[in-house]
Amino acid sequence: METINFLFDGFSVAFTVQNITLALIGCFLGTVFGALPGLGPANGVAILIPISFSLGLDAASSMILLTSVYYGAMYGGRISSILINIPGDEPALMTTLDGYPMTLKGRAGEALTLTGIASFFGSIVATIGLMILAPQLVKIALLFGPAEYSALFVMAFATLGGVSSNNKAKTILASALGLAISTIGIDGQTGVPRLSFGNVHFYDGIDFLVVIVGMFAVSEIFIFIENKDIDAKKKKKNIIITTIIPKFKVIVKTFPSMVRGSLLGFFAGILPGAGASLGSFIAYTFEKKISNKDDTFGKGDERGVTAPEAGNNAAAGGALVPMLSLGVPGSGTTAVLLAMLMTMNITPGPLLFKNNPDVVWGLIAALFFANFILLILNIPMVRMFTRILLLPPKYLMPIVAMISFVGIYGISGSSFDLLLMIFFGLFGWLLRKLNIPLVPVIMGAILGNLMETNLRRALTISDGNWMYLFESKVTIIIWLITIIGFVLPLIFGKKITSEIEKFKKKKS
Amino acid sequence: MGERAFGIISFIIACGYVYVASLTELSFISDPVGPKQFPYILGFFWGLSSLLIIFQPEFKPKWPSFYKFLEIIIVTIVLIAYAYALPVVGFVISTLIATFILAWRLGVEMFKALIFGFAVSFTIYFLFHSILGLSLARGVFGF
Repeated sequence: METINFLFDGFSVAFTVQNITLALIGCFLGTVFGALPGLGPANGVAILIPISFSLGLDAASSMILLTSVYYGAMYGGRISSILINIPGDEPALMTTLDGYPMTLKGRAGEALTLTGIASFFGSIVATIGLMILAPQLVKIALLFGPAEYSALFVMAFATLGGVSSNNKAKTILASALGLAISTIGIDGQTGVPRLSFGNVHFYDGIDFLVVIVGMFAVSEIFIFIENKDIDAKKKKKNIIITTIIPKFKVIVKTFPSMVRGSLLGFFAGILPGAGASLGSFIAYTFEKKISNKDDTFGKGDERGVTAPEAGNNAAAGGALVPMLSLGVPGSGTTAVLLAMLMTMNITPGPLLFKNNPDVVWGLIAALFFANFILLILNIPMVRMFTRILLLPPKYLMPIVAMISFVGIYGISGSSFDLLLMIFFGLFGWLLRKLNIPLVPVIMGAILGNLMETNLRRALTISDGNWMYLFESKVTIIIWLITIIGFVLPLIFGKKITSEIEKFKKKKS
Repeated sequence: MGERAFGIISFIIACGYVYVASLTELSFISDPVGPKQFPYILGFFWGLSSLLIIFQPEFKPKWPSFYKFLEIIIVTIVLIAYAYALPVVGFVISTLIATFILAWRLGVEMFKALIFGFAVSFTIYFLFHSILGLSLARGVFGF
């Protein structure tokens, strides 16, 4: 009952003209970001954070804008997967497997509608799940002290990438690098300049927004320069979408797959270190296992598109659970959303629910609302986005670059931050070339200060005794999960990665 | 540059990081941990993972051709010049030129790229400055 009351309060926050407009804009932009290959939810949110910050939006409004983008991208990713066999973003990879064969059979419109419904179903399930589960998790999290939080942060890094990461050396390297970025500047506890090389610009530390936009947006430009000739060779065909409305029979047939996909996706999303990609992967493989009786999967089976789409949308919602209730993100995009809250001087975690219930419940209410907007944008109006898909990246990339500059310049008005952003763009490009994941770097830069503060608080309590970090029952449980989450992928990771690679190879 | 070379460079930087962190001057306020311990821990993991990469490389990076590499450098120079030009020349002019060069280098025909530069620069100025009231670089001309 309490939840329902909170939700009503949330709707009163969300239903202002400004917030509804922001949700609309966010949903539209999100679908565009998702649909365009090369730009995904993380890039979209990254570019928009500095803008929404410079515009002076309050926390609830910014959160509504950015999570609408996040949800929108999850919807939009399927469009290019289905129509041109190129996943619009990483989680949409699994949708290509049956989506494109459906297009070849002339059933593109049907596939888009079905996946639109599946996305909607997955998101709604996840948003309800978020509403129920997050407050429960908060109750547990309220018992956490600095020691528990220190362990929790270590867990977030150790489990990053989920089961699909088997090169732990690179993940550790990336995490350490990101955390090292956060140590630059005046030390928050004792006030001494650290690692600043005597340069005044470094005294304030490196703004993580600069790191985020550099790595997620600017590096994209360099990647494009490298691949532009390859892209130019792939001629895009004119896309014709015929029957949009699937038969009722087909909806009934695919409904169970949506339910299964949503539930699996949601739980995959909550798991530390997992994300939407894992959600859609699990949903697809599971669906294939139980429904592939006539060997129709991979040849255009409707359930092969609805399951992964429900899965990735549900996982996106699920990933908000640990981010909001613990303040510990599990995926790149939720880390970026967390960065946004921190820029607004709001620390996510149990206290967020206590101190800023308007942000949390306004957000949840807005998510319900956004899903209805997205349903309309993505089914009756889907043709509009298929046109956008034809916009060549050679026009798109300069726009991305300019908006990145506008955003970062808007925050500080300093050329130095712009230079840093370009540097991180190049650096991100280099890391991507070396197959080193960017998400841990970003997360390190964002969470570093919080992690260090908690660690030092814990050790102040224990007067410097490091064993304090392993004393309470809760910390021991967290450490155990950390170890399991770290070791398990080393055993099973190879198999899952090779399977995902197999799918990727089939595509190219 | 292979993975191994990267590992070696990364290891050296990690050592440098720990060294610079150790130079941090302590203040009279202090806590049991101090500002050095956390960087030391990070440096340890950074160095260790670099060593692992040196001894167990498993991936061969594909580097762009010399020509492509040159293009990346050109674009980087354009972006850096843009960053410096913004507060001097102002948003509209510098964005126009930067967008033009970028689009042209990314494969748009020169004339179209020029028009595109105009379009992007004025649209962003109008949308973000005139409608949304964002502060853009002013420069000597005031726009």
